[in-house]
Amino acid sequence: MLLPIVFTIIKILIIVTVILLAVAYMTYAERKVIGAMQVRLGPTHTGPYGLLQPIADAVKLIAKEDLTPDMVDRPVFIIAPLLTMVPALAGFAVIPFADNFTMFGMEIKPYITDLNIGLLYVLAISSVGTYGVIMSGWASNSKYALLGSLRSSAQVLSYETAMGLSLVAPVLLAGSLSLREITLAQAGMWFVVPQIVAFVVYVIAAVAETNRAPFDLAEAETEIVAGFHVEYSSMKFALFFLGEYANMYLVSTIATVMFLGGWNGPLLPPLVWFVIKVLFIMFIFLWLRATLPRLRFDQLMSLGWKVLIPIALANLMITAIVVHIVR
Amino acid sequence: MMAQVAFYILAVLAVVSALGVITRENPVHSALWMLLTFFSVAGIFVQLGAEFVAAIQVLVYAGAILVLYLFVVMLLNPRAGGFIRMPAKYIIGSAVSIVVFFQIAITVWSSGIFKNGTIGPLPYAEGMNNVRAYGNVLFTKYLVPFEIASLLLLVAMIGAIVIARKD
Amino acid sequence: MNEYLPVAILMLIAGAVGAIMMFVGGLIRPKKYDKVKSSVYECGMPEFSDARKRYNVRFYIVALLFVLFDVEIVFLYPWAVAFGDIGLYGLVAMFLFLIILVIGFLYEWKKGALEWV
Repeated sequence: MLLPIVFTIIKILIIVTVILLAVAYMTYAERKVIGAMQVRLGPTHTGPYGLLQPIADAVKLIAKEDLTPDMVDRPVFIIAPLLTMVPALAGFAVIPFADNFTMFGMEIKPYITDLNIGLLYVLAISSVGTYGVIMSGWASNSKYALLGSLRSSAQVLSYETAMGLSLVAPVLLAGSLSLREITLAQAGMWFVVPQIVAFVVYVIAAVAETNRAPFDLAEAETEIVAGFHVEYSSMKFALFFLGEYANMYLVSTIATVMFLGGWNGPLLPPLVWFVIKVLFIMFIFLWLRATLPRLRFDQLMSLGWKVLIPIALANLMITAIVVHIVR
Repeated sequence: MMAQVAFYILAVLAVVSALGVITRENPVHSALWMLLTFFSVAGIFVQLGAEFVAAIQVLVYAGAILVLYLFVVMLLNPRAGGFIRMPAKYIIGSAVSIVVFFQIAITVWSSGIFKNGTIGPLPYAEGMNNVRAYGNVLFTKYLVPFEIASLLLLVAMIGAIVIARKD
Repeated sequence: MNEYLPVAILMLIAGAVGAIMMFVGGLIRPKKYDKVKSSVYECGMPEFSDARKRYNVRFYIVALLFVLFDVEIVFLYPWAVAFGDIGLYGLVAMFLFLIILVIGFLYEWKKGALEWV
């Protein structure tokens, strides 16, 4: 009784640590990759190749004064960063990082838990992430923050619809919501092949969901300075950052599991395949940021409602007919 | 044993947070307490084996409907504190809750689940799970209510348009 | 039920990590109160009004439409899972459902409810 719980806690601690490190080094990778795309070097001074930059950033953020403006609603102001970060991390509970394997005569399951509502759990828990944005904007009592949070939440809601619709098609093919079973169903063929349309819709929606460029209107520096976290400083600000990047990883892992076959792949060990695929999607995020200019808000809304949702819906209906005929 | 402890934790959380919802003056604070209520109720649903209901409890109520409430609060921005202060709302609210409580109590009582002493999921057939079973009955046995739900959504959409129209 | 215990543990650990990160730095970081520093940022100007004013109703409409579509999507998932069992019957049932909603969606589009400007 007690042993499995201790085992689970160890697993959770490992996964949380890995995610935190991955987030820290994604900020480094982002600066390096975008630097290279813009023919710059990126960070070079802290450590070899600037590799200690994320550590230096973290130390700086911890040591900064934590400002709380006078007019804010204190309890909500403090809870809001947690409401962004906790759902982003909690989403990883059902991600199968690799196939089950045996080590020291014990079967090791490289996931925290396997729910038969797995995908719905991820969608539900990440929909709670919206509260961090709304609450921080409201609690700050600043015009920029409030406008940024309204914009951001309207955007997230719009694209959540497209995202939810695009994920139904792979579920239809797999006949299950458990992410492990969906991965197993892709042993023969990755779902990106029959579902390339859904995949593209998903990736676009995922970029918008995480408020990344070219959909980073919530943070448009030139018009609303930084959006919802304008009044945040020090570690509270860092938690928003952490939440945003953890969320990027979460949507990338979901794309990997739902469309790119999860851990499936020839020759290399399953975990390596999984990491490669996730990093590939993350690279697309950076690539988009370096390439595309920011959208206008009305363009953003019409892309979500008038392009992505109809395409996802049509794709789903066609998939259903084809699946029915083939079966 | 474990399950019982978990149930009491969730139940206490649900009741305390529900009290938080109705006693806060500030509607945004109420909404935050309500988020906690939804989560604890979702936990109780999980205990009853209704995982799908738990998921949509969070997805639809916490992820969509409560956000809608918050938007209303944020767009209207009633002055904090001096917002609809009337004692009548407590009387009306209590009356409605008592009626609803008895309605639910009578329904639960007359369904006879207390007689065989266990409340919880019936065992599923091999290879079946909560969501799949739900899909199986919803689109066959309960097809008519399901299709009526789409009409209800259609009406709601048209209602949204009426609000949205500028003229 | 037992599969859900790890989920609860993960949420607690994530919350604890966040709280620790937020408060542990308080031991070393400076804290000097300043009236101007603790005012809300408004491009350097003194703030001239409360931020919590009335905002555009369009945000509300987006949220309202989202609720409707969210409910629709929630119905799609059990259908997709059970699709193998219910076959043609389920296909027709869901198409009927979707067609009614697509009518609403097209009507909305025509009426300009999706127009942001």
